[in-house]
This record gives sequence, C-alpha cells and structure tokens, in this order.
Amino acid sequence: MTRWAMVADLRRCVGCQTCTAACRHANATPPGVQWRRVLDVEQGEYPDVQRAFVPVGCMHCADPPCMDVCPTTATRKRADGIVTIDYDLCIGCAYCAVACPYQARYKTMRPVFAYGEAMANETKRRDDSRLAVATKCTFCVDRIDAGLANGQTPGVDPEATPACVNACITQTLQFGDLDDPQSNVSRLIAENRHFRMHEELGTDPGFYYLWDAAATAPASD
Amino acid sequence: MTYPAKGYGTYGPDPWNQTSWDARAAGNFVCGGAGAGLIVFAVLGGMGGGYVGWLILAGLVLVGLGLFCVSLELGRPLRALNVIRNPRTSWMAREAWVAGLLFPAGIAAALAFPGAMWAAALLALAFVYCQARLLQGAKGIPAWREPLLIPLVVVTGLVEGGGIFIASIPLHRTASLALLTLFGVLIIVRMGVWLAYRRRLAGVVADGARAALDGAGIVLLVLGTALPLCLIALMASMVLSVEALMTLCLLTGLTATLAGSWLKFVLVTRAGFNQGFAIPQLPVRGAAR
Repeated sequence: MTRWAMVADLRRCVGCQTCTAACRHANATPPGVQWRRVLDVEQGEYPDVQRAFVPVGCMHCADPPCMDVCPTTATRKRADGIVTIDYDLCIGCAYCAVACPYQARYKTMRPVFAYGEAMANETKRRDDSRLAVATKCTFCVDRIDAGLANGQTPGVDPEATPACVNACITQTLQFGDLDDPQSNVSRLIAENRHFRMHEELGTDPGFYYLWDAAATAPASD
Repeated sequence: MTYPAKGYGTYGPDPWNQTSWDARAAGNFVCGGAGAGLIVFAVLGGMGGGYVGWLILAGLVLVGLGLFCVSLELGRPLRALNVIRNPRTSWMAREAWVAGLLFPAGIAAALAFPGAMWAAALLALAFVYCQARLLQGAKGIPAWREPLLIPLVVVTGLVEGGGIFIASIPLHRTASLALLTLFGVLIIVRMGVWLAYRRRLAGVVADGARAALDGAGIVLLVLGTALPLCLIALMASMVLSVEALMTLCLLTGLTATLAGSWLKFVLVTRAGFNQGFAIPQLPVRGAAR
C-alpha cells in the first residue's frame, strides 16, 4: 500500500512563504485562499523570545472528519490517502469546513482577482467549477498521478512532487510514501522527534512536524 | 501575520469564530427543532377536531422554513438534491432523508390517515435527533463536538415545539394538565442538560465562545426556565379566569420557545470558535530550552 504524507521540519522553516506562493501559482487559487499557509508563532517576551514558522493546510487525514460529514460524497479519500473533492458533486454546504479541525477548507462565492479586474493570467486560469464549493490542498494530486504514470517517484522526482515541496528553499517540506520504510518521509520521522497537529482528535493526519533530533530523546509518538 | 503564543503550554494563534455557518444555518436548527417539537406535541395532545391537523401542518411549515433557510447558505443550491447521496456516514444526508419521509407522513397525519399520527411524531423525533447529530459531527468546533450537545439540541427542539403548542392554546382551547406537566418537566430537563453541557465545556472552549454561551445561558435560566415554570405553577395552583389562563399559556409558551431559540442561535453563530493551530512543541534550534 501507499500513503502519501508530508513532513515539515520546523527547525528549518524560515517563514519565507515561498510554498504559499508556489501553491497559489500551481493551483491558481484566488486572493485570500491559501491551501498552503505558513503561521508565524511567537513565544515569550523580550529578550527571551522564540519564533516558529508552521506550514499548515489539509492534513490528508486517514480518518478525515470532512469526508464522513459530507452529505454528497464529494469529499473522498483515495487508496493512497489523498483526500479529494469532486467539485461537480459539492453543494457548498460548508459542513466539511466546520468539521475540519485544521481550517483547511475554503469556499469562494464569486470570482476574486488580485487587482479588481482579472489579469490575463487570471482570465486564462479561471475555473468556475471551483466557485461556491469547498476547496482545499490536493497534495497536487494531478502531478502525483501524472508522475506515477510516467514512472516517476513522488517526493523524489520534482515533476511528481507537490509544488510547495519543490519550492521550499530550506527543504523544510518533504513528501513521500509513509508505508515505504525507505522513503524520505519515513526516514525523517524515524530519525526525529515529531508530532502531528491536534492528534488527540484521532484524525490520523498525514502531515508530520519535526521539532528535534531523535538522538536527544525518544520519539514523542 | 504574527500570532502571539498562548500561555498554557501550546503555541499558535488563538481560536476564532467560524465564518462558514451564519444565521441561515442557525435558522435550520431553530425552525427545524421547533417544527419537529410541535408535531410531537400536537400528536401527544391528541385533540379532537381539526386543530391537530393544523398544528402538524404548522410544524411542517417550520421544518420547511428551516430547510429553506439552510438552502440559502448553499453555494450551489441547484444541486441541493445531492444532499441525499451519503446517508451512510453523513447526518446531514440522514436529516434530508428523514425530512423527505416526514413531509408525507405529516400531511397524511394532518389528513387524519390512521396510523400516520404516530409515524409523523416518530419521524419528527428522528428529524430533531439528526439535527443534533449533525451539529455534534462538526469536529472542528469544540463547543459543537461535545457529546452532551446531542441531548441538549433534542430537548431544546422539543421544548420549543411544546412552547408553540402551549402558546397556541388560546386558539385550540385544548389544555391538559398532563401536557403542561410534561412541558414543565422538559423545561427542567433542558436546564439540567444545559448546565451539564456548560460544565463539560469549562477549559475546553475559547473565551469568546464561553462568553457567548454564558450570556445565552442566563437568558435560558431566567426567561426560558424560571419564568415559564413559575407561570405553570401559577396556572396549576390558582383558579384563574379563562382569559387569564389563555394569556398565561401564551406567555409561558413564548418565553420558553424564544429562550431556547436564542440559545441555538448563539450556539451556531457566536459560540462556533475553532481550536486554532496549537502546536505542542517549539522547534529546537541550537541548544534545547
């Protein structure tokens, strides 16, 4: 089996938002819609301050609450763990949006452009099927499927890898098959202390955060 | 945007109120619950004459009004029928299925078809239960995913419907001590469930959600519980003129109904805070802290 997953090494992220920009470019999301976001978290008071940049988005949970609540079956989970939305089935009820503990879903009711009027690139890539329905990160599923069809390995070959991972300037973001013990993500998880967000909810997210080397202490889960 | 860290061990932006569901979604829970409760009370009332039919029809209108409210929130209302596609796991789909059965059963009951009364009442109960499970299924909202929300929404719907029934007594003039007693018991149960629910949320929900719920809780206590119970006690213990009795029925029903409706409105529109993006660890760069 395959389970595609993403790893974010919080020690590496510098908050440059290149992943956000790359996602928006690859997926042509409108202003205000960021399938890949980077939070800027500050802890403590001067002079003892720590800062962390935290990439977030759809966690592609193994037990996704958004899928269970979807009344239309528009939200589905593929055998490889990627959670998808069928824009032609979705009725835009936003039940999935309130069921998602990661605030990963967006609903845009009308076309929005960066500078009011649509620019040429925005006109060319306009997709009305994504209006008034739920949208979210797809792990760039089209790139993965096309890459696999061409014999490439997602997470290794850039053509088969999500745009945010390709764009990351510090290699914070990594992508790969969690079920393959030799994959980059499996090795990173084995070699580092890590957590997943809101793990207590039992959604089994497919997005891991690394925060320290495993050598200093046993892994947290 | 930079988010300050929280002061209790996890880090990340503070929770904020959800913006996906507004008054239109709340309208479904308010009207749907009240309509279903009214159907149940009308059947339990078992009145002779045509009023039971009218009350059941009024209940159906309320349920329909609730569904209409939520349809206004759909991004793609022309595809609304897709809502029935996933009854296997989705309580919203199940609600739609039950509503589809409730309307013909309710109309049959209103036309006095034998057996249809109890079928309509049972389907109305099922409808309000689906609504409760629907809201509790929203795992992203701590105040909604609390399991005690299920009995709270069910009993609130019954009290709202019962309140409309009691308030309409001046029209149908069919009052029974048993129904008034049942209504009073439900009011007490609603308050009890509310207090237990509120206690379970302590330390779990965001400050904004807590403040909104506490405000609605005071309304529920004073206007939705104490006042109608006092009025019921007054009606049961004193010999009153018919006009006074009718006025008290109207007041009792309206206060209990409005307070419950306000609670659900607040619950959906103002207490829907998510839990933010808390991370349990900050990255270790250089020496660990």
